[in-house]
Amino acid sequence: MEVTSAHFKSRSKVALLNEELQAALRKSRGGFVDKRKLAVDELADFENLRDRAVAIKNQVLSNLDRYLEQYEKSVTDTGGHVHWASTPEQAVEIILDICRKVDARCVTKGKSMIGEEMSLNDALEGQGIEVVETDLGEYIIQLAKESPSHIIAPAIHKTRNQITELFHEHHAKYGLTEKVEEVATIVNEARTVLREQFVKADVGITGANFLLADSGSSVLVTNEGNGDLTSTLPKVHIVTASIEKLIPSIDDLSVFLRILARSATGQEMSSYTSIYGGSASAEGMDDTREYHVVMLDNGRSKMLEGEFWEMLRCIRCGACMNHCPVYQSIGGHAYGWVYPGPMGSVWTPLLVGLQNAANLPNACTMNGRCEEVCPVRIPLPKLLRSLRNQIFERGLIDRKSRLGLWAWKMLSVCPPMYRLVMNSTSFVLNRLGRRSGSIRRLPFGSGWTEGRDFPAPTGGATFVSQWKSRSSD
Amino acid sequence: MASTKGIVGLFATCLVDLVRPEVGFSTASLIQQAGYKVEVPDGQTCCGQPHYNSGALADSARVAERFVRIFERYDYVVAPSGSCAAMVRIHYPEILADRPKFAQRAKDLASRCYELTQFLTDIANIQLSSRYKMNCTYHDSCSGFRELGIRSQPRQLLERIDGLTVTECNESTACCGFGGTFCVKYPQISTRIATEKAQNVEDSGADILVGGDLGCLMNIAGTLKRRGSHVRVLHIAEVLAGQADQPAIGQPRS
Repeated sequence: MEVTSAHFKSRSKVALLNEELQAALRKSRGGFVDKRKLAVDELADFENLRDRAVAIKNQVLSNLDRYLEQYEKSVTDTGGHVHWASTPEQAVEIILDICRKVDARCVTKGKSMIGEEMSLNDALEGQGIEVVETDLGEYIIQLAKESPSHIIAPAIHKTRNQITELFHEHHAKYGLTEKVEEVATIVNEARTVLREQFVKADVGITGANFLLADSGSSVLVTNEGNGDLTSTLPKVHIVTASIEKLIPSIDDLSVFLRILARSATGQEMSSYTSIYGGSASAEGMDDTREYHVVMLDNGRSKMLEGEFWEMLRCIRCGACMNHCPVYQSIGGHAYGWVYPGPMGSVWTPLLVGLQNAANLPNACTMNGRCEEVCPVRIPLPKLLRSLRNQIFERGLIDRKSRLGLWAWKMLSVCPPMYRLVMNSTSFVLNRLGRRSGSIRRLPFGSGWTEGRDFPAPTGGATFVSQWKSRSSD
Repeated sequence: MASTKGIVGLFATCLVDLVRPEVGFSTASLIQQAGYKVEVPDGQTCCGQPHYNSGALADSARVAERFVRIFERYDYVVAPSGSCAAMVRIHYPEILADRPKFAQRAKDLASRCYELTQFLTDIANIQLSSRYKMNCTYHDSCSGFRELGIRSQPRQLLERIDGLTVTECNESTACCGFGGTFCVKYPQISTRIATEKAQNVEDSGADILVGGDLGCLMNIAGTLKRRGSHVRVLHIAEVLAGQADQPAIGQPRS
């Protein structure tokens, strides 16, 4: 997927002015937050489960090579195949190769963010293969020729009206010409269209929420059941996954299932939890069926070595973006790559290069709510601050900010100068705001006063100076 | 007032120093009222938070060292700000960890540094004498709330005031969009977040919005004022010190 994170500033301004996007965000904003809170408050053990999840992930990440080997062996033993890909390009080649071998004409897909990292749909379509997204949200944005704006709710930026129009435009060819406006009828119409595709698909591609090292199984949670139809109806099932999805065994799974849905949508459990494996694992299974796992690295093993390793605990619940005031103001597309919000602001620079995404770690108020709700306690503000440090050290911040920071440092270490500058600023701004108490247009600070007033200094001299002169009276 | 309990070094913070000296005086009078002697070292400048949060670690360490040298002589350091107090309490020990001359001193100072409401409840247990007839709502600023765990202290203090009722506002712990340098780097996003906050404040029906961090309060007050709202905004130090009838943040003097 093309990286447009460098244009974050201009894209976020456009997003703020996009009425339909803003309407969609307003509608979804409170829902995730309130539902999560209810679900979490109901489970007394939630904090313990978080701790256990952290411990399990840390244990896996510190022995990842061993778990990966164990996983590969388990998959192979059960008749499946694991393919290792360092880059998205390699992963795409592997998948195209599998599709070519079975002469695939049609591929159904479950939701996969790893697939997005690979721009898999474009690659498949480039080979003349028809691709059908089967997750409702993914299906909607496929029709709209857009990318996901949220990792679990890919079409959250769309209003119901927009979906009605999209379906009306694209479903006429199936003889469905009536406009569907209610949620239930929208879902039914999508179901009708997708049923046919499920049956005719040659290959089904799904993501994975977890990979179990000891059994070689992959675990997928969905709310629509589309993952099951995608994976089981075609003869070939390809799982797109990444190396940090491993957990030791099914015994660990319940810990994650109990925190994942609660953190994501506020459900106790997702509607469907499916565990897949190679066909040799089940007696009497059709042995012409193929099970492939394409395991993407794409910079992750490098992350494992450095200060950002904790990011690899991420289980993609989306709680950080649901609670992020910046994401909730601009939506996901402004972030310019696959992953938006706080987790995306860490992943993106690490995976596509800091120089291509230097805006993202800075576009954060450091309010810390993401860390507060992260089920696996990823210290997102700390990681974002570390990235800011790299941005600063590598000279990737703009000249104005650099100059401002330098000047403020010089003042901060030189009290007489600091006092002089602060007292003069206080004096001038006090005069400017004398009449109304606030300044409507701040010289050198038009950003602030574009949308709000600036409360003027009240004193005409700083507190410290006033205190000093009062004390010496 | 005779000092019996110890000497507090008052760190005013840049914004209080520059924009609203009243908060500094109210803070000082509350600490004195609680039985401590207050000193305001005039060499104080900034705590280094803008540098720290902008990734300029070496610069923030230099500023932090200065701060430690200036404030370590006091029994306590108190700041009318959750984010500046968190900078000293939480981040100074990290920033100065690998500077042998300062590592231990930073830790010692961190353990004696408090945000104002924390100090007045957890350490000083102040008795308050002010009276109002007002309905207020409290905004939990992010650093104080999430880094220092300040939640009950300001509410406890406000409830000790005769005639003052505290109404909870929807999403009181949501960020207001200030974010230090964020508000000037991404002003449009910042304003959007502030607008959301202002709406929640207005919907609460409170007469005044009270908070513990001037940056957030200036942001919310400026947004409310631009919207033509009648909700007044005050720092909690002013309310506790009996100054809530004075012109609010962003309002003209008489």
